[in-house]
Amino acid sequence: MSFKRKDLLGIEDLSPEEIYFILDTAKSFRQILDRSIKKVPTLRGKTVANLFFEPSTRTRISFELAAKRLNADVVSFSSSTSSVVKGESLLDTVKNIMAMRVDCFILRHPTPGAPHILAKNLPISVINAGDGSHEHPTQALLDLYTIREKRGKFKDLQVVIIGDIAHSRVARSDIWALSKLGAKVRICGPPTLIPPQIEKMGVKVFYSVKEAIRGVDVVMMLRIQKERQNKCFFPSLREYREFFSLNEERLGLAKSGAMLMHPGPVNRGIELPVSLVDGKRSVILNQVTNGIAVRMAVLYLLLGRKR
Amino acid sequence: MSLLVKGGRLVDPASGTDEIMDIFIEGEKILKIGKNINLPAKKIIDATGSVVIPGLIDMHTHLRDPGREDEETIRSGTLAAARGGFTTICCMPNTSPVIDDPSLVHYILRRAEKEGVIEVLPIASITKNEEGKVLSEMGRLRRAGAVSFSDDGKWVSDAHLMRRALEYVKMLDLPLISHCEDDDLSKDGVINEGFFSTVLGLPGIPREAEEIAVFRDICLTRLARSSLHIAHISTVNSLNLVREAKKRGIKVTCEVTPHHFTLSEELVRSFDTNTKVNPPLRDKDDVRAMQEGLKDGSIEVIATDHAPHSPEEKELGYTLAPFGIIGLETALGLVIKELIKPGILTLSKAIAKLTVNPARILNLDRGRIREEGLANLAIFNLNEEWKVKKEDFLSLSKNSPFVGWTLPGKVKWTIFKGKVVYQC
Amino acid sequence: MKLMNKEQMGKIILKLSEDILRENKDVQNLCIVGIQRRGTVLGERISKIIGKIKGRDIPTGSMDITFYRDDLSRIAYQPVARGTDIPFPVDDAQIILVDDVLYTGRTVRAAIDSLLDLGRPRKVELAVLIDRGHRELPIQPQYVGRKVSTSSKEMVEVRVEEIDGKEEVLLLKRNEK
Repeated sequence: MSFKRKDLLGIEDLSPEEIYFILDTAKSFRQILDRSIKKVPTLRGKTVANLFFEPSTRTRISFELAAKRLNADVVSFSSSTSSVVKGESLLDTVKNIMAMRVDCFILRHPTPGAPHILAKNLPISVINAGDGSHEHPTQALLDLYTIREKRGKFKDLQVVIIGDIAHSRVARSDIWALSKLGAKVRICGPPTLIPPQIEKMGVKVFYSVKEAIRGVDVVMMLRIQKERQNKCFFPSLREYREFFSLNEERLGLAKSGAMLMHPGPVNRGIELPVSLVDGKRSVILNQVTNGIAVRMAVLYLLLGRKR
Repeated sequence: MSLLVKGGRLVDPASGTDEIMDIFIEGEKILKIGKNINLPAKKIIDATGSVVIPGLIDMHTHLRDPGREDEETIRSGTLAAARGGFTTICCMPNTSPVIDDPSLVHYILRRAEKEGVIEVLPIASITKNEEGKVLSEMGRLRRAGAVSFSDDGKWVSDAHLMRRALEYVKMLDLPLISHCEDDDLSKDGVINEGFFSTVLGLPGIPREAEEIAVFRDICLTRLARSSLHIAHISTVNSLNLVREAKKRGIKVTCEVTPHHFTLSEELVRSFDTNTKVNPPLRDKDDVRAMQEGLKDGSIEVIATDHAPHSPEEKELGYTLAPFGIIGLETALGLVIKELIKPGILTLSKAIAKLTVNPARILNLDRGRIREEGLANLAIFNLNEEWKVKKEDFLSLSKNSPFVGWTLPGKVKWTIFKGKVVYQC
Repeated sequence: MKLMNKEQMGKIILKLSEDILRENKDVQNLCIVGIQRRGTVLGERISKIIGKIKGRDIPTGSMDITFYRDDLSRIAYQPVARGTDIPFPVDDAQIILVDDVLYTGRTVRAAIDSLLDLGRPRKVELAVLIDRGHRELPIQPQYVGRKVSTSSKEMVEVRVEEIDGKEEVLLLKRNEK
C-alpha cells in the first residue's frame, strides 16, 4: 500500500486502506511528540501555506505545529469571511501566493468545495482544513486515531454524534470515516438540525439523547453555534441544553467506560458541563495532541516524495 | 436581394409541413415555397441533406445590456443566438437598471436594431425595479414594445399585488411570466435539497419552494381569470400542478430549459459552479418527468434561460457564485440529442416548442414558414455532430456545463429577414 | 551470487558480537539499536549473544530512519514508516548502531541524527554485517562482518529468517530479483 494522492480533500473518497495507512503513519509521528526534541527533518526545505478564511485557532495552530515539527517552513494567512471582498476570486489570491513558491496549501474556507477548486486548478498539494459544512478530514482522522488508541478496532463499535449535524463538517467526515471502517454511527439532535436523507449515509437518526446514547462506546458532542437560535433552528439555548446537552445521567446510559469526545472548542455549560469536559471519560485533550501527529502524517504523505 | 434555399427538408410545425421544398426569398419576406423552384436568385443556398425550420424563438434570454456589458451585449447575445439557430429572443428585464420604463424598452429595441443580428423583444418587469411593491406601467411598456412581463429572478411574493397584476395584464392580452420560487423557503439554498445537499454541506433549495409558488400563481390566475406562463419548471409536482390546472381550464402554460431535461443534481459533486442554476438541477426522476411533460404536451415551450456570467464571478465558489448558465448555442443540439434522437419528441413537435408555441403564447406573428411571411429560417444538419468548445462560443460569457460535450444538429445557416446572419 | 549462507552468517554475527565486547568490556551502559528492518533483527541477535556471555540483558531498540532520509523528495513513494522503539534513555548510553549493509553512509547519517534528537549518548559506534564500499559521507564502521567489493550496478541483499523466511546474503545485479 502506498499513498498516491496529491491532495486530501475529504474522507468520502478515501478507501479504508488509505485511512489505515494514514493512521499507521501517524503512529510513528505520535512517538516523536513525546520526545524532548519534538522535531524531525522530514520536510526540510518545503513551504506550507496556511490559508484560513474563517476564524480558527486550534486547527490553524495544530497544522502550523505539525508542519514545523517536520521542519517545513510555514506561512499563515488569516482573513475573516467579511474581509474577503466579494469579487476577489480565491483562485487569484492563491495563485499569487503560489508564485512565491510554496509546496502546499492548507485551506479553511466557508464555501464547500473551495479546496476542490484549488486542487483541480493548481499543481501543488491542497489539504482541506474545513470547507463550510462539507468536510473536515483531518479532524475525522484524529478522531479515528483517538478511538483506535483506546479501543483498538472499529468493527461494530457504536458511536453517537450529538448536536448540530446539519451545519457540521466534522459530523460528515466522521460519519464517512467511521462507517468505512465498520463502526455503527448514530446521530442525534433537534430535527431542524438533522439534514435531509442523512440516513442514506448509513446512520441511524435519533431525536432523544437518552435513546441515542444507550449502549454506545463513543459519545461525540458537537459545538452548538449560539447564532443558530435566532434562525429558528431551535427556540432558545435554555431549551437546547435541556434536551440535547450531555450530563452524568445521560452519559451513564452509554457502555461503561465509554469515551467522550468533542472537536472543540467546547461551549462549556451548554453542550457539555465542565465536570464532564475534565472528567475521566473525556479524551478531548488526547484528540488535540493526536491531531498534530495525524496532520504530520498527512503532510508527510502528501509532500514527502517526488512530484 | 433574392435568396433561394434549395433541396432542404422543410419542417414547419405550424402547418404540419415535413417534406423537401425550396424557399424563394425576396427582400425580408418569403415569396414562394414549392418543389423545384427555378426563379433566378442572387444567392443560392444548397440545403440538400439539411433541415429547414422557422428561425427559433427563445422566450427566456438574459442579455446583460444595460449594466453588465462585460458579460453580454446585445451584439454578442444576438450573435450567439444566431449561431444557435434563433432569430427572435425575448430578453428578461433584470438588467441594471431593470426594464421597467418605456425608455428602457426603446433603448433595447434601438440597440438591437443597430447592433443586433437578429430580433430582440424585451420583456418588461411586472413591478417597478422588480421590487414586488408597485406595478410597472404595463400599458405604456406594452405600447413601447414589451412583449410580456416578468420579474424573472424573483417571485412576486405579495399575493395581492400578483393578483392585481394578473388582472391588469388581461387588457393587454398577454400572459405574465412567473419565476416561481418562494424565497422564504429557498432561503440561501444553492442546490436541490436532498441527499447531495446533505453530503456536500451546501444549503438546499427544496422542490416545495417552486411548487408552493406554482400552486399560488395558478390559484391567482384562476381568481383573476387571466393567463400565466410559468418559467423554467423543474419538478414532478410543479408539472402535475400545471397538468391539473390545464384540466380545469385555467390558462397556464410553461417552459423547461434544456439543462433541466438533460442534467441531474449529482453533477454538483464536481463543485463546478457551471452546474449552479436556478431552479437547481433536480434528480433523475424530475429530469424524466420533464421529458414526459414535453412528450404529453403539458410543457409547451423549451426556453434557454441563457444567463451569462463572468468567470470572475463564477470562480467565487459554490455558495457565492451567481446562478445561471448560457444556453443559446447548445439548446438545439440538446433538444436533438436528448429528445428527438431517443424518440421522446418528433422533430416537428420539438421544433414547435421552440417556434410556433412561444409565438402563440406571446401573440407574435413569428415561428412559421409561410409565403408573405418574414424570411426567418434556421438550417441545420440533424446528424452532423460538433464539439462544444469554450473558445467557439460567440457569447461573451463561457459559463456552460456542456463544454466538452458532442452534440448533433449543427446549425449551418441562420437567416433573419432574408439575410444570412450566421453561417458555419 | 551467494555471498553467505546461513551458517556463515551465524559465524559472522558471533564474530561481530565478540568484537563489540572486546572494545566494550564494561557493558553497564551498552545499548544496541538496530536500523529498521533487517538491522533490527541483527541487533536483536547480537544483543542476545552478548547478553548470554555477560549474563545480563542488554537494552535493545529499533529505529526507523524514514523521517530523517535525505532523499524523500527524490523518490516517488514514501517508504512505510515502521516506528522507532527505543525503550531506554539515550542520554549517556554507549550505543551500538546495527545495520545489515553499509553503502553510501546516508542511512547511518540519518540514524545518527535521529539518535541525537532522542538525547545525548556518551558514544555511538557502528556495526554492520556487510561493508560494500562506495561511501558518499565520511562514515566509518567500528565493526564489520565482511568487506565486499561491489560495483554500483550491483545490490547486496541480506535475508533473515524473521522477515524473509531464509538466511543468506546475495550479490545481485540491479533489476535482478
